[in-house]
Amino acid sequence: MKRYLLQRLLFFLPTLWGALTLVFLLIHLVPGDPIEVMLGETASAADKEELRRSLGLDQPLMLQYQRFFTGVLSGDLGSSLYEQSRVSDLIRARLPATIELTLCAMAVAVAISFPVATFAAVNNGSWIDRGALLFSLLGLSLPNFWLGPLLMIVFAIQLGWTPVSGRGGLEHLLLPSLTLGVGMAAILIRMLRASLLQAINADYIRSARAKGLSEKAVWLKHTLRNALLPVITIVSLQFGSLLAGSIITETVFSWPGIGRLTVQAIQTRDYPLVQGCVLIIATSYLLVSLLTDIFYHLVDPRITYGK
Amino acid sequence: MESKPWFYIGLAILILLLVSALFAPVLAPYDPTRQNLDNDLRTSSKANPLGTDKLGRDILSRVLYGSRISLLVGGTTVVISLAIGLAIGSISGYFGGRADQWLMRLVDILMAFPGILLAIAFTAVLGPGLDHVILALCLIGWTSYARLVRGEILALREREFVQAARALGCKPGRVIARHLLPNLLSPLLIQATFGLAAAIIAEGSLSFLGLGVEPPTPSWGSMLNDGRQFLLVAPHLTTYPGIAIMVTVFGLNLVGDGLQDRLQAR
Repeated sequence: MKRYLLQRLLFFLPTLWGALTLVFLLIHLVPGDPIEVMLGETASAADKEELRRSLGLDQPLMLQYQRFFTGVLSGDLGSSLYEQSRVSDLIRARLPATIELTLCAMAVAVAISFPVATFAAVNNGSWIDRGALLFSLLGLSLPNFWLGPLLMIVFAIQLGWTPVSGRGGLEHLLLPSLTLGVGMAAILIRMLRASLLQAINADYIRSARAKGLSEKAVWLKHTLRNALLPVITIVSLQFGSLLAGSIITETVFSWPGIGRLTVQAIQTRDYPLVQGCVLIIATSYLLVSLLTDIFYHLVDPRITYGK
Repeated sequence: MESKPWFYIGLAILILLLVSALFAPVLAPYDPTRQNLDNDLRTSSKANPLGTDKLGRDILSRVLYGSRISLLVGGTTVVISLAIGLAIGSISGYFGGRADQWLMRLVDILMAFPGILLAIAFTAVLGPGLDHVILALCLIGWTSYARLVRGEILALREREFVQAARALGCKPGRVIARHLLPNLLSPLLIQATFGLAAAIIAEGSLSFLGLGVEPPTPSWGSMLNDGRQFLLVAPHLTTYPGIAIMVTVFGLNLVGDGLQDRLQAR
């Protein structure tokens, strides 16, 4: 276990370093002078110089790099150009909304995919199975920048069942979490169905049937339980993708989370805030992957690193 | 799912897409950028079968021309990503050693980001535009091809036919090009089909966020973004580009699934 943890951390740290370096370099990829891009050509030379100094862009690159790392490690992500507050404070204020949305989307995905996949696997080869696969393929083909407006037109505007946008009670969560969760549900249906079909053909299932267990017990106690392990990993890994997907969904539904903050920062060319948001989403993604791997290893010690 | 009929349905959708992209100037009733402010936000009519947008531009013409952008961005991204991935994956898999370690670490770092986040971050700093979108999508796109090629070459390089080629004095480039590459075509074709679908969705996402092609060029993502403000009064503005993108991606997924069943079963 110790050896695995050490190996996994040895993989995690350089990857995190690489991700942070990429985020640091973002502002330096701006074509031309980033200060001019942020403030516009009409800004006075004094304002430009002031911003250049406050962002540290007047320093040598290595020094900027060192300061960026020291700042990130101490939780200081710099200041927003327009919001008059620290990037870390802005992110902290928006993070709960994104976590709420992401967790609800995961719940929606699990609630859709588990019964559909189990039903499809039990009826393998039938029209139910084919329908489930078609449904999942459709789900994969629905970009959330269209599904969101579509759900909004039907359920909020035409039927008036839910609010159009914004954050509030449970009714506000319904459409955004459905929009974000459908893609993940589609992936889960395929994964879980395949996993169930693999498990149902295993020797221990034959033994369970041979000793006279009912079909229900075979499916619920033996097949589903064994098929769940790889699916749990996918669920956790998809958490990171949902975080990234929330950028679009939050924009569609004016959901006040990190995703919307990122888009607002991009629109106002508030690069320190863009850097902060990208950094938080990427780091969360990496951390969730790390925790998933460790959890997976705890549950199934046969899993080893890099084999 | 019986893949045969679905595969052909997917193929038919792709052919339709290709035809509408190639013959957009012939098929489109109007210039997609021609404005007519007296005729804005109209629903379907004889003159404008899919209605008009906020500037009175014909939606059918814009949807048809939008397929060009989707195919152009998707196709170029797939070709460039595949070329880079093939080169790096071959070097990594065939030669191994330090180069392999460094290249795969770079792949790990890039794959550690959710792809769309990196694409958004890159286009946010580079600025909107077709070339920047393609650049951003290629920067993230090549990694999956590199990993696939490396894995396949690792599995193949000790096989007898490769050893025989080496024993006959073939240089590494020739071994890779003549003996290994033909064996990689099936998995690469499958990956490229799904990659095209992913690139089309990514381009749509970027254009939807205002980071894709610049107006007035019609793109399905930017049409959806424009239509969002008029959901209450003119939902058809988002409906048609949305259907176009969904049907295209669905077709590609059907073809990808069908290819997977056919080619990998061999």
